[in-house]
Amino acid sequence: MHSDPAANVKKSVRSYITVFVMLMIFTVITVAASRFHLAVPVGITVALIIALMKGSMVAGVFMHLSHEKQWIYGVLLLTVVFFIVLMLVPVFTVMDSTGTAIQAAAAGRGGH
Amino acid sequence: MEIPYIVHARPDTGLTNSKLGIWLFLASEVMLFGALFSTYIILRMGVPEWPHGELDVVLGTINTIILISSSVTMVMAWASLKLNEWGKHRLYLTATFALSAIFLVIKYFEYASHFASGEGPWHSTFLAIYFTLTGLHGLHILGGMVVMAYFLGPGATLHKRNPEQFANRIEATGLYWHFVDLVWIFLFPVLYLL
Repeated sequence: MHSDPAANVKKSVRSYITVFVMLMIFTVITVAASRFHLAVPVGITVALIIALMKGSMVAGVFMHLSHEKQWIYGVLLLTVVFFIVLMLVPVFTVMDSTGTAIQAAAAGRGGH
Repeated sequence: MEIPYIVHARPDTGLTNSKLGIWLFLASEVMLFGALFSTYIILRMGVPEWPHGELDVVLGTINTIILISSSVTMVMAWASLKLNEWGKHRLYLTATFALSAIFLVIKYFEYASHFASGEGPWHSTFLAIYFTLTGLHGLHILGGMVVMAYFLGPGATLHKRNPEQFANRIEATGLYWHFVDLVWIFLFPVLYLL
């Protein structure tokens, strides 16, 4: 590892360019994949996996999260936990009505 | 009163207070957009058919490329400061500002086309969440542009007085800007492609 800060920054610049090219390639892949008319669950999975990969590159390299201080990771760990709870809210809304009269009525309507 | 540890890192955290502050702000932003993404999932799960092909994928792709490019120019603006290349820093920051302006102009044309055909947020559930998510994102772009304009204008004088503090401010601006890019990376497939 370089001890010279300027040399470190110069090394980082190379990784910024690499990530830029990767992000462009992944953008093209996302758009191309959407043209294949995949089944909805497959399409959503593919698009979100690519978006996660792109997001990881932006966060890891541009936002320097690949080599950050412990406090930042602590803040982000809490954020991730609460973000997961937020993403589970739609599931909770379905669970909330499971087996209730409202869902039974809706199921009954669907059967006719 | 002077805010402590904005130039050099605090010994216990190893961070400047401003850097920890911007990360805490970004954590709250994750919650803000997270709540809206969650709303999107609830709305989408609640209808049997979700509209496809209502948005211009070409314009969305161009805007994605523009925003990714602006993230690179932003990080290069910070790297140039670290390499003591003031001219390059100005060039990269101006490029970031210009790219963000182009993003908003394209967004304006997209919005105008919808409103011209009477397709405002009231038109459908899809357009309601589309305008909410992209409108909030657009406001974030506008906020970033105000900050960049400040550092291209009156805020630039700090570089002469305290170059290290100026570099820290540009780093914080960059962290915010990359977050705005990150949000779009998820918005684009969710709204335009799926």
